[in-house]
Amino acid sequence: MGRLNMNNEIHINHITKRYGDVEALRDLSLEIGSGELFGLIGPDGAGKTTLFRILTTLLLADSGSASVCGLDVVKDLKEIRRRVGYMPGRFSLYQDLTVEENLNFFATVFNTTIEENYDLVRDIYSQIEPFKHRRAGKLSGGMKQKLALSCALIHRPDVLFLDEPTTGVDPVSRSEFWDMLDRLKRQGITILVSTPYMDEASRCDRIALVRSGECLSIDTPVGIRASYDRRLYAVRSISMYKLLGDLREFPDTNSCFAFGDAHHLTLRKDGEDVMRRLRDYLKGKGYEDVSLEPIEPSIEDCFMAL
Amino acid sequence: MLRYLLEKEFKQIRRDRFMPKIIFIIPIMQLIILPFAANFEMRNINLSIVDNDHSITSTQLVDKVLSSGYFRLTDRSERYDEALTSVESNESDIILEIPSDFERDLGKEGTADVMIAANAVNGTKGGLGSSYLSSIIQDFNREKGFTSVGSGRGVTSINLFNPHLNYKIYMVPGIMVFLLTIIGGSISALNIVSEKEKGTIEQINVSPVPKSLFLLSKLIPFWVIGFVLLTVAILVAWLIYGLVPEGSFGVIYLFAAVYLIAFTGFGLAISSFSSTQQQAMLTAFFFLIIFALLSGLFTPISSMPEWAQKITLANPVRYFVEVMRMVYLKGSSFADLQGHFVIVCLFAIFFNLLAVISYRKKG
Repeated sequence: MGRLNMNNEIHINHITKRYGDVEALRDLSLEIGSGELFGLIGPDGAGKTTLFRILTTLLLADSGSASVCGLDVVKDLKEIRRRVGYMPGRFSLYQDLTVEENLNFFATVFNTTIEENYDLVRDIYSQIEPFKHRRAGKLSGGMKQKLALSCALIHRPDVLFLDEPTTGVDPVSRSEFWDMLDRLKRQGITILVSTPYMDEASRCDRIALVRSGECLSIDTPVGIRASYDRRLYAVRSISMYKLLGDLREFPDTNSCFAFGDAHHLTLRKDGEDVMRRLRDYLKGKGYEDVSLEPIEPSIEDCFMAL
Repeated sequence: MLRYLLEKEFKQIRRDRFMPKIIFIIPIMQLIILPFAANFEMRNINLSIVDNDHSITSTQLVDKVLSSGYFRLTDRSERYDEALTSVESNESDIILEIPSDFERDLGKEGTADVMIAANAVNGTKGGLGSSYLSSIIQDFNREKGFTSVGSGRGVTSINLFNPHLNYKIYMVPGIMVFLLTIIGGSISALNIVSEKEKGTIEQINVSPVPKSLFLLSKLIPFWVIGFVLLTVAILVAWLIYGLVPEGSFGVIYLFAAVYLIAFTGFGLAISSFSSTQQQAMLTAFFFLIIFALLSGLFTPISSMPEWAQKITLANPVRYFVEVMRMVYLKGSSFADLQGHFVIVCLFAIFFNLLAVISYRKKG
């Protein structure tokens, strides 16, 4: 069976899941194609982990249906478990087993051996191989994550579920991690990855912005940014905190959010007229050094606008 | 597959810094210390004597009481009231009052009354103290050729199977049972729940490993450890207490095998209801305390109130304690214990069924 002819799609149809009074997922639908690197972007509590648990057959949805590789997540759970790899958000390998023992264990659990699929994990595993006799609990954060990915890949899954794989990992390792995902994608593996970091969204083929259990928007990162229809300005000054309040009080302000070193501002109306009034307004408030420049929207801006 | 799961399990148990200690050192300590501490034989009962007679006979009686070794003279009072104060201040546990005409009455009428008053705040001490005291007085009467009131015919008792009423011999087999209960019932529960806590169970759940196989890989190690522990306990009993079962080892191990299955099932059921080790620990603790107190291990079941005796019928520990004592002290054979065997088997089926059902429900 050639991997490329196989159906590695994920279909999610109107899934709803409640925990008591809280609706974790609200009538959520998604279609993810074979070999796609798909990102679920959203803050904590958006329902990302719940969706992962439903797709990996660990949890039953209250209503709706879903299929992975053409297999129903309720009826064909045994077959799905053979064909997917799951890396939970929390490091959940055996901390008291060594790196090698962990990998070996997960290989045998899936009826395979490290040797058989070594080519798939080589890139990743070779980086931690020098520490293979170290216990997993004693690894650094980045190494733990590489081991977890190796273990999720050792049975050559068709679909890979990665729940916040880069949370708590340094920026360099994060970027390396996304490089690895790119290489895996080229092998034809469908990857569904969730992250709270908006800047990682641009590394995905397509993304879904999720909040409070709902999909707000599904598109390519470029498409999502293009759909942003307001002019966006970055505003900087010395007293940033006071500036935020003053900008929000300006009568024509549509929205203003603090973004790292600048405030991102949108106005109700565009045009020279409004801009002049804003400059005068700020001067009147005693700002001498305000810089005001138009910028391209990031994914985060799009998310905030939804 | 099971082989790899077991290999992993034993590796982890061996590497755990705490587990081997819990499994081996603590039980041995218990076996060494508990039989001494849980000794119901009373010594050093504090005695207050009010001798109103001051005669030769009364002095002889007092000497006899004191030479028995059970009593320690703490107080000699002139009047009963004074003796009572010493009881109130907790200096004495029991008062022996000899009336003023003790010797004369004995000589003339052949009978005389003495009064025993015991502090019953510590019921065991008071009760045992007064019965020791009365039997010493009876003995005294017999020696002197008098008859004591109400005992025209002396009652003699012979203690079968444990002639010296040695509490250690009685306690050790019971404690062995309790050790197996703890290993089977709580450590196995803790082990499974710790996988839940660490999230590793998720990784197993998304793999093709069937849940039943995974649970089996958790139970077998504790089953094996239970056997090792039992063997260690039997050795300790032999080395320290010189205790060797009168009956056969085969019967002991056969019962232990089924009993461990029952209690690992019990632990499994607890683990399905708990999501943290703390919850599992407390739940197991709660049941084990009840099982222990109602098992006849520390207090005889026959002296419990009727309703409590009924409850003990639903306590698996009770049956195994009985079996161990019967095999160790009485040398009972399997034929004598068939009823017990059936009941322990039923418990094994019941607990494991409960565990399977509760795990099914949670998916």
